[in-house]
Amino acid sequence: MYELIAFYLFSGLTISMFLIVVLTNNALYAMSALAAGMILISGFFFLLNADFLGVVQIIVYTGAVMALYAFGMMFLDTTQDVKEDISSSKLIYSLWVASALLILVMIGAPFMSDHLMLDAPLDNPIIAGANNPQAVGVILFTKYLVQFELAAVMLLVAMIAGIVLASKKMDQSLSSNPKLEEELHREEFDVKDDK
Amino acid sequence: MITLTHYLVLSAILFTIGMVGVIRRKNLLLLFFSTEILLNSVNIGFVAVANYYNDLTGQMFAFFIIAVAASEVAVGLGLLILWYRKNGTIDLDSMQKLKG
Amino acid sequence: MEKYLYIALFAPIVGSLFAALFGDRPKNLITGIATSALLFASWVASLVLLMYVDGDTIVHVRMMDWIAAGSFNIDFGFIVDQVSAIMMVTVTTVSMLVHIYSIGYMEHDKGFNRYFSYLSAFVFSMMVLVMSDNFLGLFIGWEGVGLCSWLLISHWYHKPDVTPDINPAISPAWAANEAFVMNRIADLGMLLGIFLIYWNLGSLEYSIVFANIGTLSTGTITWIGILLFIGAMGKSAQFPLHTWLANAMEGPTPVSALIHAATMVTAGVYLIVRSHEIYALIPNVGYFIACLGAFVAIFAASMALVNMELKRIIAYSTLSQLGYMFVAAGLGAYWIALFHLMAHAFFKSVLFLGAGNVMHAMDDERNINKMGGLSKVMPWTMGIMVVASTALAGIWPLAGFFSKDKILETAFAEHNYFLWVMLWIGAGLTAYYSFRLIMMVFFGKKNYGDEKNPHEAYPYVLATMIPLAILAVIAGFFEHSFMTYVTEVLPEYYPHVSTFTFIVLVIITMGIALGGIALAVVKFSKGNFDDFFKKLGVFNLLSNQYYIPKFYEEKICKPYAALSHFAWKKLDMKVVDATVDFIAGVIYASGDKARKMQNGNLSSYLKWMVFGLIVMLLLAVFKIGM
Repeated sequence: MYELIAFYLFSGLTISMFLIVVLTNNALYAMSALAAGMILISGFFFLLNADFLGVVQIIVYTGAVMALYAFGMMFLDTTQDVKEDISSSKLIYSLWVASALLILVMIGAPFMSDHLMLDAPLDNPIIAGANNPQAVGVILFTKYLVQFELAAVMLLVAMIAGIVLASKKMDQSLSSNPKLEEELHREEFDVKDDK
Repeated sequence: MITLTHYLVLSAILFTIGMVGVIRRKNLLLLFFSTEILLNSVNIGFVAVANYYNDLTGQMFAFFIIAVAASEVAVGLGLLILWYRKNGTIDLDSMQKLKG
Repeated sequence: MEKYLYIALFAPIVGSLFAALFGDRPKNLITGIATSALLFASWVASLVLLMYVDGDTIVHVRMMDWIAAGSFNIDFGFIVDQVSAIMMVTVTTVSMLVHIYSIGYMEHDKGFNRYFSYLSAFVFSMMVLVMSDNFLGLFIGWEGVGLCSWLLISHWYHKPDVTPDINPAISPAWAANEAFVMNRIADLGMLLGIFLIYWNLGSLEYSIVFANIGTLSTGTITWIGILLFIGAMGKSAQFPLHTWLANAMEGPTPVSALIHAATMVTAGVYLIVRSHEIYALIPNVGYFIACLGAFVAIFAASMALVNMELKRIIAYSTLSQLGYMFVAAGLGAYWIALFHLMAHAFFKSVLFLGAGNVMHAMDDERNINKMGGLSKVMPWTMGIMVVASTALAGIWPLAGFFSKDKILETAFAEHNYFLWVMLWIGAGLTAYYSFRLIMMVFFGKKNYGDEKNPHEAYPYVLATMIPLAILAVIAGFFEHSFMTYVTEVLPEYYPHVSTFTFIVLVIITMGIALGGIALAVVKFSKGNFDDFFKKLGVFNLLSNQYYIPKFYEEKICKPYAALSHFAWKKLDMKVVDATVDFIAGVIYASGDKARKMQNGNLSSYLKWMVFGLIVMLLLAVFKIGM
């Protein structure tokens, strides 16, 4: 019963939030709607007994990713309404409707959904008695250990890339070039004075 | 009763919303937002399947998708900022060197 | 023995290729000498083969596989039996002497090297024709001689076109095209005949075809015979495909001597003789061939009576004698046809060579009205030409008597009295116009100005004509050995007439021949006899070749040219070209539109991605649905 209400409530809210994201002209509204949508999706995860994933979703997506987007918006002049020259809106909407119909037909139509079958072997059963984080932990550090480590490396690379791309004069070494540090210091002061 | 089909339909709807955003948006930042929507809808699908088949593989998949999405945002925003510094605009129509 | 076959066959082409190396260079005497020497080798090899072939001992080689497509197997095979050997010796003898003669005749010509290359190539094609052991090889040789004839007639291709009343052959290039096209038309018939043979018998080799030809229905055999004869009609210039032979005189005279007297035009007779087993089964077609031959004999002789050009008279004479050969072949006397072919080759070629001497001396003058009295300046040429003309007229004991007389006997013995009468009249006409030529050129009063300085030909040139003249004299005495030799392959035939009839026929034939000679000599020593024909009212008719070329021009060439023009402008340009251009245009336009897909705009690329996704989803839906 609760599940039913929760599902429909969450789905309705999620869809409307995401519609705001794709349809609005105001960038701030879009970002806020996106953040809200992320939280609601986390709600879905909790509904689906994926506790660990739900928390991860809030922390990573809503916390880190949206914060990143917020910082990004700082650099770009997005306070005004985004002026978009959208040509051929009919084409867009027709493509939208066509693809939506097709996917829905594929999944929803009874004679189709009956044909959807699971082919892969099921070999990661949820251990009875253990709660979700524990189960996830077990699997993550035994079966998917290599992927986990690789993901860690990837995140490291992304972090470094982000820093290098966004900062100024990151291609020169500060420790071997003391004059440069002074220059940068002076630049920063100049910037501060302007503001 | 909420069956797997419900969740898959929801995932499909969210996916199409994301797709519309992708093809409609001319501002690159808002395009990224739409990409996030796509990724999240897929996540819902995976976790739903994992739940209804009592298998943890779906959750693992969603987990790694979140990790990848996060790093993608980081790098993507860095590039976006660089482009904005260079060109002063992030309108898609201006990022066109080919003449067709 | 096989090496003699290969020498005889390939020596000419080696000479031709050697001369071709000098094609665009100024005259180099080595081309003439080398080709003549190689032809001498070919001649010797042919003689060796002639003496070797005896009874059943023939030389049959299978050189290499040529076509092996499914059940269609044709080899490059060559056979030297009695018939081939006779033809080979005839061809190589005349060719060798003509080559040496040409060294003198063409000495001031710019295309000296090219000429010898083509001449030797012609001999090679003719050898392939007579030595091949299947119909397809014969056809290759057939086409080869047609090609080389075209190349050689148009040797002076740079001469411009003139109107037909100045020169009925318009120009060497035009005459060559006419010869080639007429041959081509006839070749279509021959090709159809070959197809019929293959379709019904599954092979084109002589031995297999002739062994099995009897199994076909008479209708099929008749068609094969008719179609092969159509091919022979083109090559041997029978009516109605005869106009090219007279116009082919635009080529150099040695070419006329070799090709249009001795070899190419006899290819048609050779074909009939070689296919005698086919024609033996269809005597009706043979009778038609004989009638056509007799008609041509008189028809051509009549045109020669009043013609003014030196070489054209001799060309019509060739046409007429070919008619005689076809009469013999048509009536089943194949060895007699072959005998006349051989004898005719000798005296006709030497007649042409003599005419070449006269033209060379008179600065390429062709009109016999403008000659006269040359016997004092060119005694040797006159003597040789008189001998050849006498042989042509059929006076005992020269060669022409034996061969021609046999043909008349054959006609009489087969109770074809009408044919006999026509041939008999033809003999008279032949004698008359041959000696008219002699009288107007060599005797009578001098009709040319003093700017012309005629002189006798070089000694070595005369030396090439002497052997042919001698052969023209003595060839008749070999009649009996010839018959025994050749009838080992060809059917035996001897006209059966009583001795009394035989003597009467001989006397009548000789009588009209001598009468013709006497008429010509008497009338032309005193003046011109052509007025007789003018009074008869037929002078213009005969002079213009019965207006047949004009008829062809008006009724066949012009409509065909108009049709071609229509096909070009309306069909080819408007339909075919337009369709091809349209296809190209469509592709170009669609490419132009598709180019817009790659416009560098990320948004539009994303739209295309979604579109692709929809297409794939559709495919998936339909696949699941089915």
